[in-house]
Amino acid sequence: MEVIFILIGFSLLIALGFLFAFIWATKSGQYDDDYTPSIRMLFDDDINSKKNQSK
Amino acid sequence: MEVEKFYYDNGIVRKFAIASLIFGLIGMLVGLTVALEFVFPKMTYGIDFLSFGRLRPLHTNAIIFAFVGNGIFTGVYYSLQRLLKTRMFSDLLSNVHFWGWQLIILSAAITLPLGITSSKEYAELEWPIDIAITLIWVVFGLNMFGTIIKRRTRHIYVAIWFYIATWITVAMLHIVNNLELPVTLFKSYSLYAGVQDALVQWWYGHNAVAFFLTTPYLGLMYYFIPKVSNRPVFSYRLSIIHFWALIFIYIWAGPHHLLYTALPDWAQSLGTVFSIMLIAPSWGGMLNGLLTLRGAWDKVREDPVLKFLVVAVTAYGMSTFEGPMMSLKSVNAISHYTDWTVAHVHIGGLGWNGFLTFGMLYWLFPKMWNTKLHSIKLANLHFWIGTLGILFWALPMYWTGFTQSLMWKEFTPDGFLMYPNFLETVKQLKPMYALRAFGGLLYLVGFIVMLYNIVLTVKSGSFVSQEAAESAPLEKNFVKPKNESFHRLLERKPIQMLIFSFIAVAIGGAIEIVPTFLIQSNVPTISSVQPYTPLELEGRDIYIREGCNNCHSQMIRPFRSETERYGEYSKAGEFVYDHPHLWGSKRTGPDLAREGTGNKQSKSNIWHFNHMYDPEAVSEGSIMPPYPWLIEDQLNVSNLEAKISAMRKLGVPYQEGYEQIALEELEYQAMEIADDIAANGVEVSSDREIIALIAYLQRLGTDINNAEEVPVK
Repeated sequence: MEVIFILIGFSLLIALGFLFAFIWATKSGQYDDDYTPSIRMLFDDDINSKKNQSK
Repeated sequence: MEVEKFYYDNGIVRKFAIASLIFGLIGMLVGLTVALEFVFPKMTYGIDFLSFGRLRPLHTNAIIFAFVGNGIFTGVYYSLQRLLKTRMFSDLLSNVHFWGWQLIILSAAITLPLGITSSKEYAELEWPIDIAITLIWVVFGLNMFGTIIKRRTRHIYVAIWFYIATWITVAMLHIVNNLELPVTLFKSYSLYAGVQDALVQWWYGHNAVAFFLTTPYLGLMYYFIPKVSNRPVFSYRLSIIHFWALIFIYIWAGPHHLLYTALPDWAQSLGTVFSIMLIAPSWGGMLNGLLTLRGAWDKVREDPVLKFLVVAVTAYGMSTFEGPMMSLKSVNAISHYTDWTVAHVHIGGLGWNGFLTFGMLYWLFPKMWNTKLHSIKLANLHFWIGTLGILFWALPMYWTGFTQSLMWKEFTPDGFLMYPNFLETVKQLKPMYALRAFGGLLYLVGFIVMLYNIVLTVKSGSFVSQEAAESAPLEKNFVKPKNESFHRLLERKPIQMLIFSFIAVAIGGAIEIVPTFLIQSNVPTISSVQPYTPLELEGRDIYIREGCNNCHSQMIRPFRSETERYGEYSKAGEFVYDHPHLWGSKRTGPDLAREGTGNKQSKSNIWHFNHMYDPEAVSEGSIMPPYPWLIEDQLNVSNLEAKISAMRKLGVPYQEGYEQIALEELEYQAMEIADDIAANGVEVSSDREIIALIAYLQRLGTDINNAEEVPVK
């Protein structure tokens, strides 16, 4: 059962990794706006498809 | 601000999409084959590489890593570029990733039917392929994080967070679970033994489901449902909570695969608690996906793509409710080892992964070929055949699961097992197995309809390999109003730095820590438990090669129904020399933990011989396939010395110099068994594989009989 220490160790490393990713995400403003990202991802194809058709 | 012009790389998306379709077809064909082997056990008589034990890993690996894997990469390579407003970091890396991954799949398709397997579920591939997977995974990571670094939008959309979590966690799980000591190019032994090995395996096994079949697909869900329905996701805030909660909780749930086994109770309880908690983020995510369609349900009526996506998310919801329920110990006591588990994963596999992939591909192909889907009608037909297929697949298997469990546990009023012969419970299930194969066939037919539809769609359009796009570049001097110092530290070297340093630390840590624990872990806790004899060791490797553990468990749970049937329940100390463990997860046939001489269910050598030659002749109605090649083929002992010294390195106490006498001992023991079989009327040469396998089976679970005191744990 000693292997559980390895697993817990790795799981904690992952968890800590994500904790830092979370802190980074929050501090760098990733979550300052929790509305427009959901809208923005919808707009990206219109210009392109027009372009591609005219090509 | 100036606008930069660039092109999205659709070529790589096309490659992965086509690979997903091809391997989907192959994976499902293999699936149908193994389903039919339940109905016609002698269907592939005498063809060793088509026997169930070898094909089952091929089916699971093909579906998980080839069909779904390529599906993941299709969606990731398509959505990542568009969400980040940039081309992939490197076309070269994209192509190395693609071809490398296909080569890995090819090598799996060759080695698994040949019986080259590590026996660990969903990690069966042997060590050279494991290393290749690691390298290609790193290539994928470099490409993905490189793309994130050169992005033109500062914000990282939630789908990408799911991709990032997938990448890191799969890397870690894959490396830790596949630590093994190579014996030859195609044979290795797990670094861990027994309980330890089981724990690591299911920590991996559960998270393979979580981080290969779930998190990347949730990312795809967050991209494709809004895209297809042209609606913003129901709640972006919920999606953030969904993500963080899910990844934090998922990693701890592995022990729920080992409830009531020899795993310590506290670890079991821990797994159960986290599994129950998982309902919250899982259902949060499911509702977020479904509610995205609020006010747009009319589109679901019209658009087959949305139909597929809706059923996929619904199946996800059902699976993630059922999973925690099955992790309750009282429910698990019924469901474990039965076909219930198999039904459960197929709701996830056929419903969630399959349907989401179909929906995504039906949408992507017309888009990338700048045309319309050839036939909406055919897509609808596929949808209905596929849905029926899922029902015909899952319902009989739920029925089977309950029937099995109830029959295993049934006692007569006098306190005896109602069905002491395991075979009676198997015979009862045969019609259900046939129905299941029919369900699989329906699902496959639907898939073929899709292939036809997509081929015609592709023919009607012209492929847009380089899709023009434009976007303003990322502002160079991004200033964050608060916390400048901490922020500046991370901003210029974002997640990539963080993650690679973590990987470096983790690998170093593993190399240092693992051996330390291994030495300690191999101290036997039951003094009468001894290492396998050379012949038994070779027999065990044949057991692994033939994939016996796919249908037979080696773990008796502490229930009266099991101790009555099989004998004393299994103890942790009995498995300390088992590199790898062979506890199994399914009882299509009876448990074999106490198959050995002198135990409750032990059989004679001649019985085993005849049974392996033709199970149905010995046990009328058996669905076990015959293994005639074990009787024809000579046992290969050329690696015996290497195997013994590898085992010693792993901590199994073979004496120094045992290699020299090992072969002699092997031949002596083989002669004894062959003589015994001859005395019972069948002449067999002592150098056949069957002799080694019988030696191993006769050893199973017998050591504890010599113990002065039977331990409780």
